[in-house]
Amino acid sequence: KGTNFQCFSSLRHDDLKEMLDSNKDSLKLEAMKRIVAMIARGKNTSDLFPAVVKNVACKNIEVKKLVYVYLVRYAEEQQDLALLSISTFQRGLKDPNQLIRASALRVLSSIRVTIIVPIMMLAIKEAASDMSPYVRKTAAHAIPKLYSLDPEQKDQLIEVIEKLLADKTTLVAGSVVMAFEEVCPERIDLIHKNYRKLCNLLIDVEEWGQVVIINMLTRYARTQFLNPNMNEEEEEKDKKPYVMDPDHRLLLRNTKPLLQSRNAAVVMAVAQLYFHLAPKAEVGVIAKALVRLLRSHSEVQYVVLQNVATMSIKRRGMFEPYLKSFYIRSTDPTQIKVLKLEVLTNLANETNISTILREFQTYIKSMDKDFVAATIQAIGRCATNIGEVRDTCLNGLVQLLSNRDELVVAESVVVIKKLLQMQPEKHSDIIKHMAKLTDNIQVPMARASILWLIGEYCEHVPKIAPDVLRKMAKSFTNEEDIVKLQIINLAAKLYLTNSKQTKLLTQYVLNLAKYDQNYDIRDRARFIRQLIVPTEKSGALSKYAKKLFLALKPAPVLESPFKDRDHFQLGSLSHLLNAKAGGYQELPDWPEAAPDPSVRNVEVKDSVQSVPSVIINFLNFAFFSSEQSSEEEERKHERKSKQRKSESESESDEEEDSESESSQTESEDSESEAEVKKKKKVLKKTHFKHSNMNICMYSCQCSFISFQAAESKPPSKPVKKDNKKEKKEMSLLDLDDCKFSHANMYRPFLHLLLCLQTISPSSALKSYEMLHRITGEGLSVEYCFSRQPFSPDANMVAVQMQFTNNATSDTKNLHMEDVKLQSGMRVKEFPEIELLPAGEMVTAVMGIDFCDSTQAANFQLCTHTRKFFVSIQPPVGELMRPVFLTENEFKKEQGQLMGMNEITEKITLDVKCRNEHSIVQRVITAANLSRVPCGSDKECRFAGRTVTSSSLVLVTVATKEEGAAKLTINCEKMVIGTMLVKDILLALTQ
Amino acid sequence: MIHSLFLINASGDIFLEKHWKSVVSRSVCDYFFEAQERATEPENVPPVIPTPHHYLISVLRHRIYFVAVIQSEVPPLFVIEFLHRVVDTFQDYFGVCTEAAIKDNVVVVYELLEEMLDNGFPLATESNILKELIKPPTILRTMVNTITGSTNVGEQLPTGQLSVVPWRRTGVKYTNNEAYFDVVEEIDAIIDKSGSTITAEIQGVIDACVKLTGMPDLTLSFMNPRLLDDVSFHPCVRFKRWEAERILSFIPPDGNFRLLSYHVSSQNLVAIPVYIKHNITFREGSSQGRFDLTLGPKQTMGKAVESVLVSSQLPRGVLNANLNPSQGTYTFDPVTKMLSWDVGKINPQKLPSLKGTMSLQAGASKPDENPTINIQLKIQQMAISGLKVNRLDMYGEKYKPFKGIKYMTKAGKFQVRT
Repeated sequence: KGTNFQCFSSLRHDDLKEMLDSNKDSLKLEAMKRIVAMIARGKNTSDLFPAVVKNVACKNIEVKKLVYVYLVRYAEEQQDLALLSISTFQRGLKDPNQLIRASALRVLSSIRVTIIVPIMMLAIKEAASDMSPYVRKTAAHAIPKLYSLDPEQKDQLIEVIEKLLADKTTLVAGSVVMAFEEVCPERIDLIHKNYRKLCNLLIDVEEWGQVVIINMLTRYARTQFLNPNMNEEEEEKDKKPYVMDPDHRLLLRNTKPLLQSRNAAVVMAVAQLYFHLAPKAEVGVIAKALVRLLRSHSEVQYVVLQNVATMSIKRRGMFEPYLKSFYIRSTDPTQIKVLKLEVLTNLANETNISTILREFQTYIKSMDKDFVAATIQAIGRCATNIGEVRDTCLNGLVQLLSNRDELVVAESVVVIKKLLQMQPEKHSDIIKHMAKLTDNIQVPMARASILWLIGEYCEHVPKIAPDVLRKMAKSFTNEEDIVKLQIINLAAKLYLTNSKQTKLLTQYVLNLAKYDQNYDIRDRARFIRQLIVPTEKSGALSKYAKKLFLALKPAPVLESPFKDRDHFQLGSLSHLLNAKAGGYQELPDWPEAAPDPSVRNVEVKDSVQSVPSVIINFLNFAFFSSEQSSEEEERKHERKSKQRKSESESESDEEEDSESESSQTESEDSESEAEVKKKKKVLKKTHFKHSNMNICMYSCQCSFISFQAAESKPPSKPVKKDNKKEKKEMSLLDLDDCKFSHANMYRPFLHLLLCLQTISPSSALKSYEMLHRITGEGLSVEYCFSRQPFSPDANMVAVQMQFTNNATSDTKNLHMEDVKLQSGMRVKEFPEIELLPAGEMVTAVMGIDFCDSTQAANFQLCTHTRKFFVSIQPPVGELMRPVFLTENEFKKEQGQLMGMNEITEKITLDVKCRNEHSIVQRVITAANLSRVPCGSDKECRFAGRTVTSSSLVLVTVATKEEGAAKLTINCEKMVIGTMLVKDILLALTQ
Repeated sequence: MIHSLFLINASGDIFLEKHWKSVVSRSVCDYFFEAQERATEPENVPPVIPTPHHYLISVLRHRIYFVAVIQSEVPPLFVIEFLHRVVDTFQDYFGVCTEAAIKDNVVVVYELLEEMLDNGFPLATESNILKELIKPPTILRTMVNTITGSTNVGEQLPTGQLSVVPWRRTGVKYTNNEAYFDVVEEIDAIIDKSGSTITAEIQGVIDACVKLTGMPDLTLSFMNPRLLDDVSFHPCVRFKRWEAERILSFIPPDGNFRLLSYHVSSQNLVAIPVYIKHNITFREGSSQGRFDLTLGPKQTMGKAVESVLVSSQLPRGVLNANLNPSQGTYTFDPVTKMLSWDVGKINPQKLPSLKGTMSLQAGASKPDENPTINIQLKIQQMAISGLKVNRLDMYGEKYKPFKGIKYMTKAGKFQVRT
């Protein structure tokens, strides 16, 4: 139906107008579909504008969408009429549905009508602070649109960009960086504060955003960090050793996993980042990923090979292991073959050249003659770069001179010519050989080249040259034009060097040429005769004839066309074209001295820094009633903790990173973390941040206070929401049942603080997932073994659960049901949680008697709407509680648990776990045991009792030289013993 | 970023254009046509062509050139990867990506392109989100739509874009819950004249077809994960789990998707499943050439080698081939000089062979190039690297899904030089 459109266009369009004006949506839709089909074919339908724009508020969603398509296409041409539609979008911007708000902004900002710039600006500003991240993303997309429409708005737009850069959601990050790149790429200062956040969010950003962010961060890093390879480049001894900025490291670490992306553009972006930013020793990781991309579509191969070609010049070693991946298949397109050849040539060195040349030999037999020509050039380059093979290459090339294909011969001659020019004196025999070839070779180009060579180096072959000229003079009339020209050339050169022998020959050749059919040849002959044969008429030039003809010609340089292309950022369009493309941002040189790294520090007003005051308030609250004598100590402590704080503050960011890395796959975690920060829920926060020593201490204090509160009040108080870890640490120090006065309590508390500094924070309790956020439809539950005595029943293991409501609605009546247990097991349920508001978190404790087995306790977790099947399975180490034994008691008990009850294992300790301190820590993390004092420093002993049957569990780790150690476990219950051996062994060796 | 897109068919007609910013005249494609003329083969058109005011970045798929117009600096791979994603989406929607299919569905194509890019920057490229926005046309739906006037555009606004698992639709329901995984390995090899392996490597993929209700959380573990040397994942795979435990843990997209591609460590020797005895000779001065080819199985671990197809580009001088296959059929195209022999299954007791003569141009000298032989083959129920899936577990949903794993080995770029 489409072909008739043009002739009947006006008629048809009337038809369409009628359909658009009708009341039936189906007619309107049909009309719009036909209009869009016309737009797609590039037909002009602008005369329909008024009829179409009327339908902008149509209820039918497809009609509406197609009207948008039309509007965006033609609004620019029909500005006045387009204004009619604006109010519809303005209404849409206020819609309660976020997706409608977003789509209204999207279309509004796509209408390129200058008059609505202020409206767009306003809409963007509003959308940038919208509740919905999706609307904010759309706002980010709208920024470049407005900028291209009216660059005057730049300053205002930068403000919006700045605001959106601070956004913490992954949805927005890619789009706003894109806007940043288009509007204000020079404002690198806007990135400082967001740098770490961008690094940490990166893995969760959608793939296209990742590319943009990585490219931008590459440029950023070049301005902010020091060259990690500077020491190798210039060997100045007085330079201080290079230390990598932790932020630089952060970027490298967080981009590395993206080499595994399925998106070739992401892989390439990371590869160029590593190439431009990583220390030389680390760049190698990208080679494997790039080689993988060579399996992709040929266009991808084309771009990747261009970049590999550039990289392989600078960092040849990186691709050497993958040499064979660049071998050429007869089915590759020619442009891919040529690029692979380029890479192979760049990778050639003394050790692999023989393999490469053997490969090249097969390529020369290819049917693809362009490719053969490129191979010959490649051989030439190998020969120039690697002296050892020059003769082999030359001989190989000389053989090619007898090839039937003109292109091949011509290319060989050209390459031989270049090679010979480098050291002609050594290769007079090849020149002689080539002179002989003139008898056989018929390809004019090759004959011409040979003649040029003989003429040029006639002094090296003084005997042969005149003879060649003689032969050529004989066959002159039958030669091709280019050959004739070279014969004249040869004659002239010989006349100048050896006029005795060749004078007559030259005269003869010139005479022949004088009457040639080709005027070029006649002209050349006349010109040369005037120049070389001295007559009284000949001008001043003839004196210089020899200089003119036999000037030393510089040897052509055979180097890769990809040399030094890396001054363009790799992976960029400019690099590919080897010319600056519009909008290309130069990759800056490394700075001489690193700019202030503190610009990237983020003020965390509302989280960490507020901690001290909260804590101090708590402390005040706790201590005001106590004796005044403790006040001084308190102040001392305060000072100490502040000091600690400032020390660890610089690390805190890095720790944050490592922490957010662990939650990479669940972006919501990091979001919730951000929320937590805002809510100043320090205690909650510490739950995530086990490694943050500093905060951990504060919350220690809190838990202390809360403990006190718990003494007198029921345990459901909000302060009880604290972290279990600290409690456990206290229990390690036997502080759990402290019933001292406040002042007395304070002393061990200080002691605790001091201890905490020595015990590494990784002794934190491990929490396990009971219910994933996605499965739980917003409700997530984590549990951990709090290692507290479970007060209602001493034979039960306390399990502390943390419920988080990530959903947007409240969860009610959280309780458990339908407990399925193995025989003998018992459960004490946690009290029902009546309400868990959206975004909140609550903890509860339950007790389980596992009967000293690692069987799981299965039950249903019920909310007011749903039931979830969950289970809790204890590691064997949690089935015991610590007991205190003296050294003698330990030995005595051990003596009674010999034979079958003793399990011994020889182990090699992990490198990081060779000192007493870390052994203790790892064993205690793996199992709930307490340390037994020991006279020897070669032995660590631990003791505990199983929770249900109170059977003794004794653990001994005896260390020897070089990490060898012996692990002994004595336990009445052999099953527990065997399982525990495995767990502890794992803890100590990994 | 991407300014405009033009689709050009094999005969050089622009049959679709789409602009995301101001309209770029289609005369910009003249530069492309020039480059096309210069290139001898269709696949030799440079993917990136600079013009005075624009840059053209193109991909060639299914004999259609997808030409994107760019105005300023952008990573070329970004555009290329996106264009391939467009083609994949069309294929997903229409079953095939041909000129006819695109023309028939031009409105859906336009709607898709509109959603995939905003101002030239990719917006929604996940097929699951797109399918919520725009329903793929089916015969039934097309009929219903013509009768009732209803639409392909989703009634509900999609929520996928807001989700933390953007690749999965919400509210998926199936009566039969099934999850199938195909482990497909391809051997890329170059075998030299004497039959020794110059280079051989195994590339594999795991393609999945998952039709599971709700939000299942799957884990897939291997018996021998160490075999996998270099992997790339669908974004749904949790990278950390893989790093730590070598387990694939993921919430799958709905429908067909590629879970994983991998490369088998090159330290392992690659088993070459077939050998070829060949004797292709031309004699000087004779207008006849001899052609003799025999195939045999080798290192197949007892499995049958099926769907064997041998093809070779013979030298230009060959006029015709008069050959005699012991099994299967052969064709020789005297224009392109392409010889292809559909062998079928290799019977180890009676090795397939193709023998006969080639006639050459009379008087012409003997061709100095030797043809390479390309082989395609399939071996069912075996992954040549020895990779084995250990188990597949599902969490998060209560029903018992039907699970299936299939292995297959194919020849990838498998060439024998003669």
